Amino acid sequence: MNDISTFVGPKIEWLAISPLLTLLAGALVLLLAGSLTSHWPYRLYAITAGMTSAVAIGLSIYLWRDVTTNGPRLLIDGALALDQLALLSSIAVIVAVLLVSFITSDYLSREESDLPEIYALYLTSAVGALVMIAANDLIVLFLGLETLSLSLYLLAASNRKQTSSQEAGLKYFILGGFASAFFLYGVALTYGVTGTTRLVNLDLVLNTYIAVPRNDAILLIGIGMILVGFAFKVSLVPFQMWTPDVYQGAPTPTTGFMASVGKIAAIVALVRVFVVAFPSRSDDWGTVVLVLSGLTLVVGSVVAIVQTNIKRMLAYSSISHAGFILVGLEAASHRDSVNAGDGLIAVVVYVVLYAALVVGTFGVVTVVARDSSADATSLDAFKGLAKNQPLLGLVMTVFLLAQAGMPLTSGFVAKFGVIQSAVAVGSYQLAVIAMVCAVIAAFVYLRIMVSMWLADSPSPEKVAVPALSRIAIGVALAITLVIGFLPSLILDITSNLTQLASK
Amino acid sequence: MIAASTEVLSFPILSALVILPLVGAIVVSLLGKTRPEWMKLAAMTSSVATGAFSLWLLGEFKTGEAGFQFVSQHVWISQWGISWHLGVDGISLFLVVLTGILFPLVIVGIDPHHNETSYFAWMLLLQAGVMGSFLALDLFLFFVMFEIVLVPMYFLIGGWGYDQRVYAAMKFFLYTMTGSAFMLVGIIATVSLARRDLGIVTFDLIKIAEGANFSTNAARWLFVSFAIAFAVKVPLFPFHTWLPDAHTQAPTGGSVILAGVLLKMGTYGFLRFGIYLFPEAAMWARPTLFTLAVIGIIYGAIAATMQRDLKRLVAYSSVAHLGFIVLGTFALSSQAVTGAVMQMVNHGVSTGALFLLVGMIYERRHTREIAELRGIQHVAPIFAGVFTVVMLSSIGLPGLNGFVGEFLILIGSFGAARWWTVVATVGVVLAALYLLWAYQRVFHGEPDEANASFKEITAKEGMLMAVFVAIIVFTGIYPKPMLERIEPSVNSFIEHVEGKTK
Repeated sequence: MNDISTFVGPKIEWLAISPLLTLLAGALVLLLAGSLTSHWPYRLYAITAGMTSAVAIGLSIYLWRDVTTNGPRLLIDGALALDQLALLSSIAVIVAVLLVSFITSDYLSREESDLPEIYALYLTSAVGALVMIAANDLIVLFLGLETLSLSLYLLAASNRKQTSSQEAGLKYFILGGFASAFFLYGVALTYGVTGTTRLVNLDLVLNTYIAVPRNDAILLIGIGMILVGFAFKVSLVPFQMWTPDVYQGAPTPTTGFMASVGKIAAIVALVRVFVVAFPSRSDDWGTVVLVLSGLTLVVGSVVAIVQTNIKRMLAYSSISHAGFILVGLEAASHRDSVNAGDGLIAVVVYVVLYAALVVGTFGVVTVVARDSSADATSLDAFKGLAKNQPLLGLVMTVFLLAQAGMPLTSGFVAKFGVIQSAVAVGSYQLAVIAMVCAVIAAFVYLRIMVSMWLADSPSPEKVAVPALSRIAIGVALAITLVIGFLPSLILDITSNLTQLASK
Repeated sequence: MIAASTEVLSFPILSALVILPLVGAIVVSLLGKTRPEWMKLAAMTSSVATGAFSLWLLGEFKTGEAGFQFVSQHVWISQWGISWHLGVDGISLFLVVLTGILFPLVIVGIDPHHNETSYFAWMLLLQAGVMGSFLALDLFLFFVMFEIVLVPMYFLIGGWGYDQRVYAAMKFFLYTMTGSAFMLVGIIATVSLARRDLGIVTFDLIKIAEGANFSTNAARWLFVSFAIAFAVKVPLFPFHTWLPDAHTQAPTGGSVILAGVLLKMGTYGFLRFGIYLFPEAAMWARPTLFTLAVIGIIYGAIAATMQRDLKRLVAYSSVAHLGFIVLGTFALSSQAVTGAVMQMVNHGVSTGALFLLVGMIYERRHTREIAELRGIQHVAPIFAGVFTVVMLSSIGLPGLNGFVGEFLILIGSFGAARWWTVVATVGVVLAALYLLWAYQRVFHGEPDEANASFKEITAKEGMLMAVFVAIIVFTGIYPKPMLERIEPSVNSFIEHVEGKTK
């Protein structure tokens, strides 16, 4: 029994967790000052959120250089990891927060309800996401997951004028609660077998197990439940039911936020847990991931075809992208192959590039959909867009082609990396399934393009693209094209990503 | 003299061929809004300049050399061993020149009628992609170019086509993309397997083809993955169903480019990538491909005979003609492959010209129904004369270009694929049947009221067609300059294949 008086807290490197603290401080300032003062003018809420994110990005870049020279390490007695994987994903998350805040500001001004809560919630979800990304402990991971999820439930329901938004929030909350329960039960079973929740220690314990063979049943059930919890969050088939409804019902910028920040956090945490803690059981979970990936790809792409609402289309497309990402995880499960590390890198590159892409896409959808009713986001809203506004149409076309994986866009770089990692370890069948599904999914993007370029607009009225949205969409476009033409930029950064923090 | 030649070589002419139209596309789209009057000039300038560069290339090309010339190589993505690697040899030379000539003719000669800025921008982008596909010596670069071509073509069909354009454009895009999906996996697998022999990750075509030793089984799978992509592009029976729709619905300019150069990316791909990388597997797959090619020849001819729409007729004739090219390609004898390479160019010229003529008929009569047209010979004799020359070239009449290629293919294939060749010869007769019958119905007889006012060929159209007719007649009478540039490369190609399959 620990006596409270002799308890010594772990040493904390405050600087190493400073991006997280910055975001938290920003959220508190927005909430406190925002509720005590009258309405701030000139988009100051969004700008405050943006400034906070910018500072956090700066700190993360500083830490990146630190890690590059001094190597990865564990923080706070092994609770969090400080490595390139965590930092790169964190930067992607914070950039997404910044861009989405800008888009949201224009959106809320149009709805005449520009209030600080939304931005504060963005920042708190980012805090949760950062914890998830860096967590080296299943319990800490769960704390991050809940912080992120609770903020997202509120965000999904944040449009009080729309019943569909509230429905989305409630649906997300209930199903998300299920997922958390699954995850937590899985953690409990794993702890029961191994006596630890630290990812690094889990691997050590499980490796000694091989020397002393015992019944793995409870452990495998535990791992399976953890996977199910993640599968809900990442929206893998058959746990994807909530995704289209929530994506459609939530305010459009929030949908972009969920598709970028939520996805990065869940995917990176999933990869870290399985690669760091359970490599010894990769034969077991690798097969499950293979099946989940194939199912997700096929269902996501095929069902997307019959949708008529653009947000639902993009929801299914995000499901199909999740399947693609899992192809990389499946590759990483072949740990006896020398190329297994490629899978990890491919997954991270994919999710980071996809985040930029999806923020841009939803940015355009936010601008085009005049309000958040279901009609405004139906495919008809895009009719003749490119004829009225060629530039906006062209930008959306680039995003859609990138999602379809056309060369010279970041989408192709992402897909190429994943397919390469799968082929390198010999998973040809999954690579072929993924590519064929990419073609099926391309049909969906083509349908949107047909509406934009080849159909006539019912109203000649042009949609306004406010300044902050312009910046956000412009940055997303720049990332998409620059990485598309010069993939070396991101490949250079990620070449040492496989060195994960272990002590 | 020597100084001059090094100076020429130091100029990256092949990169210029790809980048110039690309720059043109960007300039055109920027000028479109502010200076519409300069926009068309910019489009013409960049495409004509690209054409001029391609002719310069033809002039500087060293006859009698088998290897790649004017090679340009720069590292692009070092981590993946990918480089911007371009080169031209006898097999690709004339396809590059054809691409260089066809595009300015289309851009100058055919009026898109609406949204000129985007039309020209897509056209130039298409030109850059096609040029890149024919010049690329890096598997990744080739894939990028091969795939990127879909986007402009999709928009050209969808934006400026006829009634069923959206359907046709979508079908074209998805069919071709499905093919390339398999090829991408194939390319990556090729590189990943070649790594064991080469010790490095590289997408360089020549290094892989010369250095890697794939196991028989792996090579066959890889060949199949490439073959699917090329078979859709060619298109080989039974992957051809996108072609009649795309051809018929595309605007005239789009059809000319589609038939002229885009389909050749498939047959060229078979030669440059499929067979070159996996010779043994190509030998193994030969009987299947011969059979599909011959089915294409006969089926295309019969289907063409049955068509009521003139443009659809020409489209099906393409299926038949490309069957000949595939037959020659896989016969893998010097004569047959030379004939196939030559026929790729010939088909581009004559079918391109046929599509132009059909387009002119549509401009005048707003119909392509053969039954609606009659007696045009009476009212427009020069037009009919041009049509006759082009049609006879397509049939393969001795003295015109089509004969040389087809003849070489048939004698070259006879040794390797005797019975297939015999059946294919029937296709030559059928070609005469469907084209002459169509000619008879459209041009002979007394013109009825609607056709009586059929306008004679205009000066602009005449000049456009004169280029085509000149190439058709010149190549038909004097094919030697073309053959002596193609043959050395083909011979060394055949040697490579024989060396690897012994």
